[in-house]
Amino acid sequence: MEFWGHITTFFSAENYTLFVVGIGSGILCFASGVVGTFTYLRKRALIGDVISHSVLPGVAIAFMLTGVKNPVYFLIGAVISGLLAIWIVDYVQAKSKLKPDAILALTLSVFFGLGIVLLTKIQHSGNDAQSGLDSFLFGKAASMSIADVQLFSIIAVINIACILFFLRGFSLVSFDENYARGIGFNVNFLKSFLALLTVLTVAIGVQAVGVVLMAALLITPAAGARFLTNSIRRMLLYAGLFGFLSGVIGVFISYSGTGMPTGPWIVVVLSLFTITAIMLGKQRGVIARIKLRKGNHIKINNENVLKDIYKLADDGQKTIETSILLQQEKYATSELKAILNRLEKQDYLDQVRGFIILSDRGRIAAREVIRKHRLWEIYLSKYFQMQEDHVHDDAEGIEHVITPEIEKHLIKLLERPEIDPHQSEIPYE
Amino acid sequence: MNDFYTILTASLVAINCALMGGFLMMRKMVMIGDAISHAVLPGIFVAYYISGSTASLPILAGAAFSGILATLMIEWFTKKARLQSDAAIGISYTLLFAIGIILISKWGQNADLDQQCVLYGEIEQISFWLQPIAFGIVLPKQTVILLAVAVLLIGAVIWGYKGLFITTFDPDFALSTGVAVTFWHYFLMSGVSLTTVVSFESVGAILVIAFLSGPPAIAYLLTEDFKKMLILACLVGILCSIGGYYTAKWLDVSVAGAISTFIGLVFMIVFIGTSVLKRKVDVIST
Repeated sequence: MEFWGHITTFFSAENYTLFVVGIGSGILCFASGVVGTFTYLRKRALIGDVISHSVLPGVAIAFMLTGVKNPVYFLIGAVISGLLAIWIVDYVQAKSKLKPDAILALTLSVFFGLGIVLLTKIQHSGNDAQSGLDSFLFGKAASMSIADVQLFSIIAVINIACILFFLRGFSLVSFDENYARGIGFNVNFLKSFLALLTVLTVAIGVQAVGVVLMAALLITPAAGARFLTNSIRRMLLYAGLFGFLSGVIGVFISYSGTGMPTGPWIVVVLSLFTITAIMLGKQRGVIARIKLRKGNHIKINNENVLKDIYKLADDGQKTIETSILLQQEKYATSELKAILNRLEKQDYLDQVRGFIILSDRGRIAAREVIRKHRLWEIYLSKYFQMQEDHVHDDAEGIEHVITPEIEKHLIKLLERPEIDPHQSEIPYE
Repeated sequence: MNDFYTILTASLVAINCALMGGFLMMRKMVMIGDAISHAVLPGIFVAYYISGSTASLPILAGAAFSGILATLMIEWFTKKARLQSDAAIGISYTLLFAIGIILISKWGQNADLDQQCVLYGEIEQISFWLQPIAFGIVLPKQTVILLAVAVLLIGAVIWGYKGLFITTFDPDFALSTGVAVTFWHYFLMSGVSLTTVVSFESVGAILVIAFLSGPPAIAYLLTEDFKKMLILACLVGILCSIGGYYTAKWLDVSVAGAISTFIGLVFMIVFIGTSVLKRKVDVIST
């Protein structure tokens, strides 16, 4: 009951601050998801990690110069040092033999180390106002002030608007830079602008969830969305929605439990969304792929057994003894029985007291596989000049894959041949 | 004496990280080291919760376990889910780190354990842990553990050098000649987990990453010979520990932060130096 109490309080907007913070964190995570989609597609997912660590010295310097805790100054400092970090990563990568992973790790640790140096300097100088700087390290989503939320939300919304405005350019740059350049897009401008948007997003996101977890807000939603769709627009939408929901739910969880940190809960919820998408994605999902593989396996076994039965039963006959099939020892007895039972259920054959009787349907299916096999053998020996004794293995695999369209094309190409390279007849219907 | 303990501790971390980082860098896997160093948090907490103390064997075991868990997770995401590798790394370690923080904030209030400590360690307080070892030698507890691990790692690298080398530089050839590529992969990953785990408490995750990536990168700019590179990386690490420590003392700032910054400075000098030299060589040869 207490739980429902929390939910109703949350959504009734009685608790105005909490409501605002929840929505604010949702918008923030929405923007991160959207921006992160592009870093993900450009295969630069970990750049978010680098930016989030490297905003620290900028923030510290901004505080040292101004002496006040003003989020606008912090943002300016954060953006400058974030951009500097990206520039260093790109520059070192272009000018040395070092690989991106080493450069990323080095840049983020050095910038963060410098940030820690500056932070401890501020602490030791005894300036009381420094306490707010900690939020840049570990985030403070649940305790954001309403003014903060307003500022962050406005920036997030501007970010999203910019992305929508340049959607076509950003998409092209993410998929194929050279093509984008070729058809007249200003690639350098688009890349720099995208970098600026990313840094801005990170600079506000860091204050909500902290340095380490910021990377997740960029990467995780996009990775999950990728499993649900192939369209970039939908991917942006899904990534944004994942972010938004996690942002709101995270704030809610941290509000309902004592001592529950917000940022980590946002990340846990986000990861759950993404792992679910990875498992259940319609085409690319893990389960879908396992099913597909299993389906293929079944199809191949079915076709091979039918083919064997057809070949073992001499011309015209349809019946063989089960024991003959077993003697071939291509399958374990139990496996073969399972395959036969499955085929019986699908009306390909009947099993009567130790005999197997191929049905018409089974006969047609078996002849189809053999036909595809032999057509492929001819194709290989004719067009690839392969030796007759080398074509069998290849055909053994491909016979299960050839579609009716390809078969038709093969027959036409080979001018409806009568015998295969081993002088066997090709069974047409 | 305090100076000596701190520098010794940092140098031992530097040596461990340089050895592992050299191989990681050549395998383009430095960011996995980054991931592991963050992902050990839940393991550390669980071990702490069960055993009730920090700096003990259960903690090491727990952390090493979650380090391996992180590698397995990354592998699952890349191989089974076919996620691009950088995203797999990012998702895995942030999730584990988040779970770790949730555990600590829920049940670890009185624990001597917080995210601040995980990120930048407590090397300044290293000499609080002094204890007599043998022959009247007194060393901090963590330094002793680091020393043991350093001996272990140096031994392991010398013993397994051939296998590590071939699987790092020519994995296809190694596979075709029947070398157990997977074994060496996990051999190295165990080493990396162990290194980050024993180092995190004294110097924090950030300095571990700086040591894993910085000295090997600096050494790689200076030499092509891999053996020389590993030794040079160790020396650079020690140099940066000394330089960083005195900088920190001089400016009255965090030691871990100062050493990271010092590594950055040395990298910058070497990077600019080698670029200028290369340009000169190019000019002469043309």
